[in-house]
Amino acid sequence: MKALCWQGVNELSVEHVPDPRILNAQDAIVKVKLTTTCGSDLHLLGGYIPAMRAGDVIGHEFLGEIVEVGTEVRRHKVGDRVVVASIIGCGRCWYCENDLWSACDNSNTKPAFADMLYGQPIGGIYGYSHVTGGYKGSHAQYIRVPFVDYGAFHVPDGVDDMDALFTSDSAPTGWMGADLAGVRPGDVVAVWGCGAVGQMAARAAMLLGAERVISIDRYPERLAMTERYVGCETLDYTRTDIIEELKERTGGRGPDVCIEAVGLEAEGAGRRHLYDKAKQRLGMTLDRPIAVREAIYACRKAGSVFILGVFAGLVDKFPLGAMMNKGLTVRSAQQHGQRYIPKLLDLVARGELRTAHLATHTMPLDQAPRGYDMFKNKKDGCVRAVFRPWA
Amino acid sequence: MKRAVLGGLTLGGIGLGVMRWLSSRRTKVRTRQAASRWLMVTINRRPEEVVPDGRLPEPLARLGDAIEVQVREAPGDRGTELGARPITPVPAGVTGVLARLGDEDPRQAVRRALRESKCLIETGEVLRPDEPPTTRPTPAGRILDLAAQRAGGEGRL
Repeated sequence: MKALCWQGVNELSVEHVPDPRILNAQDAIVKVKLTTTCGSDLHLLGGYIPAMRAGDVIGHEFLGEIVEVGTEVRRHKVGDRVVVASIIGCGRCWYCENDLWSACDNSNTKPAFADMLYGQPIGGIYGYSHVTGGYKGSHAQYIRVPFVDYGAFHVPDGVDDMDALFTSDSAPTGWMGADLAGVRPGDVVAVWGCGAVGQMAARAAMLLGAERVISIDRYPERLAMTERYVGCETLDYTRTDIIEELKERTGGRGPDVCIEAVGLEAEGAGRRHLYDKAKQRLGMTLDRPIAVREAIYACRKAGSVFILGVFAGLVDKFPLGAMMNKGLTVRSAQQHGQRYIPKLLDLVARGELRTAHLATHTMPLDQAPRGYDMFKNKKDGCVRAVFRPWA
Repeated sequence: MKRAVLGGLTLGGIGLGVMRWLSSRRTKVRTRQAASRWLMVTINRRPEEVVPDGRLPEPLARLGDAIEVQVREAPGDRGTELGARPITPVPAGVTGVLARLGDEDPRQAVRRALRESKCLIETGEVLRPDEPPTTRPTPAGRILDLAAQRAGGEGRL
């Protein structure tokens, strides 16, 4: 089959690789119909996520049709149109039973990597390095889906493939940020990042009753898209001082909830950004936590900060003093997709959540390296490049 | 030639550093503590489901008399804490490092058995990694493969 392989830093190619097969009785094989780039893939491309190897198939946000099931699969059958959570969860460990799916105890087949990096093994993720299990990703014609009864969800009739696609990862990630940050009716919420996850977090905050939602980015087309499809206020951080602006807009308090949806390659202005960038270039750090710092400084006292962006290692110049003395609650996670996907599919079916606009560019899988170039460099207003493996 | 000499000196320096670290008193104390430490997992099932009629889960039972085992109820309705450790002495120092590289450190088998027991009891199967690991073998990839093959038996468990 055809698949998009990571070959090295900033090097991708479409290759012919062996078809996946059922390896466990609770597996299924899914024929991938749509699969999309994600901002977190850029960290793989840039070489910031450890334990990648040449030939790894990437991609984790996808939709397709089940073409084969293992003998112990109970909830799915061949022919089902499904969206699959990017996180693999067993559904029966303590974490999965408590809806903390990305902390699954049983889905990472190479637990020692994360164990040594983070002190505990984390759950498996498709196409996201050997730290998360070394699973082959979704930018391929077929993919093996372990624990399919827990990770795949029927797409309701009447919901278009493109609308359902983003309930695999970006929509549940965004929803999780607003939900677990504790957004309540009347809150003012600030969201750093107007990519797909940031837009979904902003929309989730609105649907959860926030009084005002303010999204922050620097790309005019993303800011315009957020205003148009999410319906919230936006700020361009290259044109204003974000912390001062947020203070002014919130009566001097600061936002009740701050959601960071940028990750380890955050851009910014000023000395701190240059400092982070220099350290990253010299290989002295994996992460540039610019948006996280700003969120912590901007947040109101005793407010809540949620880190949705992916980070890999250690950071310095972290405002621990501000966090502690302001009494902030800081929370984070890889997405607990299985917790939110059914609800999100329902919202999409009812027309309350729009996602298809995120797919600014659609192309055959053969053109995926070009798609990633557009996505990485924000060419032609690219927010998400979506690949059709069978086109 | 110059590069080879520099490379040799660097490797020699690293080797000396590792030897010195391994022979330091602090490392010896930590190694001794680690050798006698219980390796533990918490299984999201009641003790009677983890060890029905006192029978150990199959992956641990396979290790037979080479290990000792403890089972206790976890606090807060979190299931069962299952622990094991090798009875045989655990190699230390340079021998220990070589044993770990060769997958011959008895703790590796115990960690693997504990993880497999947990997975088997909670989900009914032990998840297998995707195959084949790669379609493009490279020297760096081979090192990663070697680490990945040991991954079930390593870590902080």
